[in-house]
Amino acid sequence: MNRSARSWRSTVLALLILAVLLFPVYWMINVSLQKNATSFTTTWFPVHLSLSGYRQALSDQGGHMLVSLIVALGATAISTTVATPAAWALAKFRLPGRGWIIFIALATQMIPGIVIANALYGTYNSLHLLNSLPGLILADASLGIPFSILLMRSFMTAVPGEILDAARVDGAGRLRAFLRIAVPVSRNGIITAALFSFLFAWSDFLFALTLTTTGSVTPITLGIYQYLGAQTEQWSPVMATAVIACAPSAILLVLAQRFIASGITGGAVK
Amino acid sequence: MTHTASPAGHSPASRARRRERAAQWLFLTPALLYMAAFFGYPIIKNIVMSFQDYSISSLYTGAAPFAGLLNYRAIFSSGLFGQLAWNTAVFTVVSLAGQFTIGLVLAVFFARNFPLNGVIRALLLLPWLIPLVASATVWRWMLGQDGVINTMLESLHLAPSTGVQWLASTSVALFAVILVNIWIGIPFNMVILYSGLREIPAEVNEAAALDGVGAITRFRYITWPMLRPVVTVVVVLGFIYTIKVIDIILVITGGGPANASQTLAVESYQLSFRTFLFGQGAAMGNILILISIILALVYLRFNRAALRTEGEL
Repeated sequence: MNRSARSWRSTVLALLILAVLLFPVYWMINVSLQKNATSFTTTWFPVHLSLSGYRQALSDQGGHMLVSLIVALGATAISTTVATPAAWALAKFRLPGRGWIIFIALATQMIPGIVIANALYGTYNSLHLLNSLPGLILADASLGIPFSILLMRSFMTAVPGEILDAARVDGAGRLRAFLRIAVPVSRNGIITAALFSFLFAWSDFLFALTLTTTGSVTPITLGIYQYLGAQTEQWSPVMATAVIACAPSAILLVLAQRFIASGITGGAVK
Repeated sequence: MTHTASPAGHSPASRARRRERAAQWLFLTPALLYMAAFFGYPIIKNIVMSFQDYSISSLYTGAAPFAGLLNYRAIFSSGLFGQLAWNTAVFTVVSLAGQFTIGLVLAVFFARNFPLNGVIRALLLLPWLIPLVASATVWRWMLGQDGVINTMLESLHLAPSTGVQWLASTSVALFAVILVNIWIGIPFNMVILYSGLREIPAEVNEAAALDGVGAITRFRYITWPMLRPVVTVVVVLGFIYTIKVIDIILVITGGGPANASQTLAVESYQLSFRTFLFGQGAAMGNILILISIILALVYLRFNRAALRTEGEL
């Protein structure tokens, strides 16, 4: 009894911590649901519930959301396709120099995005990739590739080698063995890596800011930033857009909670 | 595998082995090419650009005359570099200290068993998962002159009735962006430190507790030393991510007022993409990379030395 009372006290304290740390998220939702929210008119709770912020957000930013979705899906597809075989090779093949490749994948995390954007701008300009969906997709895929390689490698190292040997004895080629055996048994690692690649690309701001200049390709993050320049009086649509931009993260957290937690630790520690 | 010895390596076995090796490298080729194009090439091009007079006209003519050290000289002689370096140092160090301390306290707290622990811990990840632009936007609104933070502080009599000028005061703006950056980094620190704590065998702590060793002493002499490798990972990764932060600062203060919250990374962006001095932007980016490599190496080195004296390695 004493012990369970104490553990419930911990739960109450944990809920308080949660309330403090998630207050900005609450505030975002709260403001988004109020009509014509300004600093002076905002109330603590959305008592006069209004969806006008969302209506305006959708009409102003609906296209940007679609761009974000296309870019994020495209980047995820490329990142996963490129990283999965590489992770498998680093986990299972005794290639000379594989330690170096792992080190390089780690070291890419040190390179500031602005350095990459600065160099890519001129190159993209001459390749006609500025202000284009393929250009942004290619750049955003690079955000996920090193992380995915490191993450999936740590998952795949745990796959027992005998499974593969059995397939090889059966006469399956290296690629067949990879697609038929390695990919299914590493499914959790691949899903986790893909989720993170999606979130990285969906949240990207710097490549969108630097590699698009004309407004023909504007993802949602850039849309919010431009909103900030234009609308500092009307916060309801700004916050509604922010809430919509957060939706994929929230949905993934609910649907794929264990993948997310293992992804953060797996990508960093192992 | 057959063991037919062949001096020239032309036996079927060694040819098969070479084919095998080539097939294995094919798995890595796409990733290596991608990393070469999007990390290797930009690094080299950036170094070249930093020695060129690379401006907006270079984009059309393709001509960027060699400029020697002019870009670096311009950066160091602008009179701004000292302030930018100081802002970057304060931003990075205070952010890291805040994220780590709060993350560690939360990790220790959540290492206990209590109802709803897992659900609450998962929800705490949200600030780290949502797009930085979205969270920075809501913070910008909350930190405004009449924003909710000032309303709360005023009603608790913790701030003057005019409120704190979070974003408009040159002495506060840097701390406003640090505050937001700490908030964003807490979940990352907490999750990794939490998993580190779970790896420590419970028996060690329980045995010490039975011997009457107090909780703080146990943390100091058992938990902390065993957590050290994980601490290194968190600090090094946190440092690498923090020193290159751009989005948060750009959205919340834009580096202002009067460069009060401007860092080397943000300046690199503005040199290239606001004033179109791509050469100077490249030079600033290179300085940033150099600083982060040197500091990461120094930290790792000191840390290894400290671990060795503690008899860990």
